[in-house]
Amino acid sequence: MPSKHARRTGGGIAAPYLFLAPALVLFVVFLALPIAYTIYLSTRRVQRSGLGLGKGSVREVNAGLDNYAAALSDASLWTSWLRVLLYGLIVLVLMLGLALLFALMLDTARVRLARFSRTSIFLPFAVPGVAAGLMWGFLYLPGTTPLKGVDFLSASTVLYSMANVAIWGGTGFNMLVLYTALRAIPQELYEAARMDGASEVRIALQVKIPILMPAIILTTVFSIIATVQVFTEPTVLRPLTNTIPSDFSPLTKIYTDAFVRGDLYSAAATAIVVAGISLVLSFGFLRVVKRQAFGESS
Amino acid sequence: MRTNRLAAAAVLATALAAAGCGASEPTQPAPAAQPQSSAPAAPAAPVKLTYWTWAPNMDKIVKVWNDKNPDIQVTVSKQAGGDDAAAKFLTAAKAGNPPQLVQAEYQHLPSFVAADAVADLSAQAAPVKGEFSEGLWRLVTLGTEGVYGVPQDSGPMMLYYRKDLFEKYGIEVPKTWDDYAAAARKVREQDKNVFLGTFSSKDPGSFAGLSQQAGGQWWSIAGEAWKVAINDQATTKVADYWGKLVDEGAIDDMPYFTPEWNKALNDGKLLTWPSAVWAPGVLEANAPKAKGKWAAAPLPQWSAGENASGFWGGSAVAVSAKATPDEKAGAAAFISWLNTDPEAVQLLVKEAFIYPASTKGTQSLTTPPAYFDTQADFWQQAAQAAATARGFTFGPNVNAAYTAYKDAFDKALANKSSFTGALKTMQDATVADMQKSGFTVAQ
Repeated sequence: MPSKHARRTGGGIAAPYLFLAPALVLFVVFLALPIAYTIYLSTRRVQRSGLGLGKGSVREVNAGLDNYAAALSDASLWTSWLRVLLYGLIVLVLMLGLALLFALMLDTARVRLARFSRTSIFLPFAVPGVAAGLMWGFLYLPGTTPLKGVDFLSASTVLYSMANVAIWGGTGFNMLVLYTALRAIPQELYEAARMDGASEVRIALQVKIPILMPAIILTTVFSIIATVQVFTEPTVLRPLTNTIPSDFSPLTKIYTDAFVRGDLYSAAATAIVVAGISLVLSFGFLRVVKRQAFGESS
Repeated sequence: MRTNRLAAAAVLATALAAAGCGASEPTQPAPAAQPQSSAPAAPAAPVKLTYWTWAPNMDKIVKVWNDKNPDIQVTVSKQAGGDDAAAKFLTAAKAGNPPQLVQAEYQHLPSFVAADAVADLSAQAAPVKGEFSEGLWRLVTLGTEGVYGVPQDSGPMMLYYRKDLFEKYGIEVPKTWDDYAAAARKVREQDKNVFLGTFSSKDPGSFAGLSQQAGGQWWSIAGEAWKVAINDQATTKVADYWGKLVDEGAIDDMPYFTPEWNKALNDGKLLTWPSAVWAPGVLEANAPKAKGKWAAAPLPQWSAGENASGFWGGSAVAVSAKATPDEKAGAAAFISWLNTDPEAVQLLVKEAFIYPASTKGTQSLTTPPAYFDTQADFWQQAAQAAATARGFTFGPNVNAAYTAYKDAFDKALANKSSFTGALKTMQDATVADMQKSGFTVAQ
């Protein structure tokens, strides 16, 4: 008996680590190490002697926090943040609003063609971002657009045109998340509400939306992270117009720094700054809404 | 996030390299393995080279070499062209797994050299020096003792124009840029939907070529320091000229190579394109309706009687600094053959549609490109442009300068502000980038 007991305890100690190992190894190799390497790169810079041509004239040296100081004091980075903030605001409000509206409409009892509508709203999400950007680009260009008379790519409209691409592509996915959550709500709640004489609109506003809150918050956090990382739309639309600079969004700036200017070090520092800010934004948002969303359950 | 991904790749590469070292170490003491790999005098295994290029049909040309040289086997890896290809090569070099052979546009070669990513071929490539004009050879030596590649093609600039529409609007082929401006206004007076040309804020290469024609020298070497003079007198003249034309609405400001631009070319809404010798391929693909209606003439000059042109594009083939001595020797032999052997150059012209850098190669061109089949003297025109084209030394951060060009001129067009100001922004950004990267810049 005692020996069996001991063996079980021994196995018990090792087993959790064994089960954790695959996830831990993957986490360390593909997330923790790259992040550590990025942080290391962000504290380095190159030093050149003379013309910087020929063997041995380039050395990598320690830069301390210089790259961070440069990133934080770079006016173009903050301009790009402001741009992305406005862009994010438009996308978040319109995309999530539309997604919620569509989900609620599809969930009402008398809806027709539910399956068809659901698929057609979801379909744009299946179109790759680059293809969507190019397709909209053709629709926006004055020479190829069927909508004459509007300049979609002028300095004052380009941000909205870009937000439109994101909204078009993202609404379907968010709608599906919300719709799935709606389907999980027990029907009895609706019956009770109907018996009390509530209309469909009232049920939607006072029963469905409060229950949906956690799902709405989840989609909001995902969308905040996605808009902070906006990259595809400006990259695809940039060659088509004069109005999108290379540092349009924080990520296009990082890309330009790393792969066009060839300065991996300052790009790494900016990347860490951007990661920090998106962390603050998404966790800040979660903290603000935590009580409303998860108040009852905790 | 991109950086993270790159870092992940680097970490993975390091891990694999470490694993490789670990695996090979135990075999070293075993004497049995040694003689087998090193004893035979003739290399038992052929040298295998990977070649990054975006020239069309290069695999067909390489096959001719591979069939004749069983011990130096080249594999073509097709790349996207332009700035992306340069960025990709620099990243691969930094990550430690670059290809042995790479197509390098002349303006990017200095950044490859500055990153210590390409090998000095002065010993191996010396015999082919005489095959190229002095100007082109300078582009692969950067004015130093080293030789960092073998020239493949060049892009002397000419003025392409619509013969039929010039007749319709009563325009003579402009001899000077003043004539060109007058013609631009004349077109606008007759038809509000048509432009003589457009200024592209997306194509610094084209602007660089026009500045070379005017005598600009953006970078130069002064002792142990770089000099940057992007807003020199000649370039300022070019920028002012185009800025004025755009400002008064005499020419359009849509960028080249956009769907809109293709449509304008195809519909006859754009009458000229100051472009390089490779333009026929672009026109053929984008304006198929206008076949036989375009013609090439020398670029308009800054003053009557002058005769100068510039370069837009063109590239060399370089060898990676990471190549082993065997690979380097094989690579040098291959690129010397590819760019100077008469048979190979013929294939480059026929299959890859390039304007060869080799002097003999250009002399062998007779039949005009299909799209220009009505212009019998097309290649004579090209040869004249090549002979009169001025080049300049490219600096080690052309990518940064070109990005600054796009951003600054985009902004100038959007805000209707002066091109001189945009040029100053480009100059300042280029100098700042060089200083940040640790280059010595003379003031």
